[in-house]
Amino acid sequence: MATVAVIDYGMGNIHSIEKALKTASPDTSIIVTADKNTILSADHVVFPGVGAIRDCMLAIHNAGLDETIKQVAKNKPLLGICIGMQALLTHSDENGGVKCLGIIPGNSVKFPSNSKDEHNNKLKIPHMGWNEVIQGNENPLFMDIKQNERFYFVHSYHAEKMNDEHVSATTNYPEPFPCAIKWKNIVAVQFHPEKSQHAGLQLLKNFLNWDGQS
Amino acid sequence: MGLAKRIIPCLDVDNGRVVKGVQFVDIRDAGDPVEVARRYDREGADEITFLDITATSDNRDTIVHVIEQVADEVFIPLTVGGGIRELADISRMLKAGADKVGINSAAIFNPNFVKEAAARFGSQCIVVAIDAKAVNKPNEPKRWEIFTHGGRRPTGIDAIEWAIKMVNFGAGEILLTSMDRDGTKIGFDLELTRAISDAVEVPVIASGGVGTLDHLVEGVTKGKADAVLAASIFHFAEFSIGEAKQHMQNNGIEVRL
Repeated sequence: MATVAVIDYGMGNIHSIEKALKTASPDTSIIVTADKNTILSADHVVFPGVGAIRDCMLAIHNAGLDETIKQVAKNKPLLGICIGMQALLTHSDENGGVKCLGIIPGNSVKFPSNSKDEHNNKLKIPHMGWNEVIQGNENPLFMDIKQNERFYFVHSYHAEKMNDEHVSATTNYPEPFPCAIKWKNIVAVQFHPEKSQHAGLQLLKNFLNWDGQS
Repeated sequence: MGLAKRIIPCLDVDNGRVVKGVQFVDIRDAGDPVEVARRYDREGADEITFLDITATSDNRDTIVHVIEQVADEVFIPLTVGGGIRELADISRMLKAGADKVGINSAAIFNPNFVKEAAARFGSQCIVVAIDAKAVNKPNEPKRWEIFTHGGRRPTGIDAIEWAIKMVNFGAGEILLTSMDRDGTKIGFDLELTRAISDAVEVPVIASGGVGTLDHLVEGVTKGKADAVLAASIFHFAEFSIGEAKQHMQNNGIEVRL
């Protein structure tokens, strides 16, 4: 039976992710764990996260998982979600500036205050709710998911613009930001697939069907 | 096109049943919470809020069990409010599968609780629920105060100042209920909603008074709410969530259909 390890370092809505993976792929064995060897022997790895980046990086460090995640990132299909995505980048501006895992070159920056939408209404921070995901490069993650499908977001920081070849999808708020990136065998999304109903479950299923190569 | 305005059905849960009263009296039974949540998920609800109105702490297990069951099969954000008084309550709800918790009176008794909760669990899961009532005399400028105990007990706290303070303390969202309108079906207090929404940077959910689909539209267009919450119009199948969203879209509001 194929296995997926969900990294549990005490900072995530683990229950929801576990249930969503189970529903998306009933035949996959889902292991919620902080154990290095279990993570390293799984076929797929999910790296979730909620909350603030400093606590998140600290929790990863305290669980002794920095090196484990870096090792997974070398060759295994890895999915970063929300803060899990930001933690894979080099640096975040949150909490006065925090060094992240540096697996994917990039920075997380805050949404600017006082932005307006096209009706001149104030854009709230956090960016919270269902927004459109505009697919760019072909990505196995978005198979059978329609262009501009809505996913659930909740965040105040986002990955800065990066090289187009690594950006799988963008979202506008009001400026476009990368909401899904693909870097070798790693995919990472800013939105919460585990909270994005049918489209989210499809995306998780696609990830579990992905070999990390194509 | 961009971020959709959200429709959030609210389930008042008492001893494991969905109930809905008019201004906290005349309670009507509206079914099994897990069944009701399933239906709203199918109809396209953007989130679901559960309000545990069971007065005794003995029955806390009931709501935890409801959340667990719903979270097993409903993959949209879930919020739980009612009786959230300490960090352990939040931890328990999040573990059960809730994404956010609503903090109401505990914030009034101890505002630092919101600070501690946001620091520990992140602002994204801390919703501060505000029950406000107009207190100005006729002909005076509009003014609202926070009330507790289902709108019966005044606190003397100005609603707008309170909202700003709670956001500074780490609230990631405000759930704003007009106690003048709750259960009346005559529409949101739009002036109140707009005043709070203009005053804070975080999203505001309008609540209290929805009786028609036009009320939902007004909450967004005139009240500047980021999300609208309603209970009885959905519970008793007057309207489906899908009809509500279609109506909002027909009125130029961006929704998830």
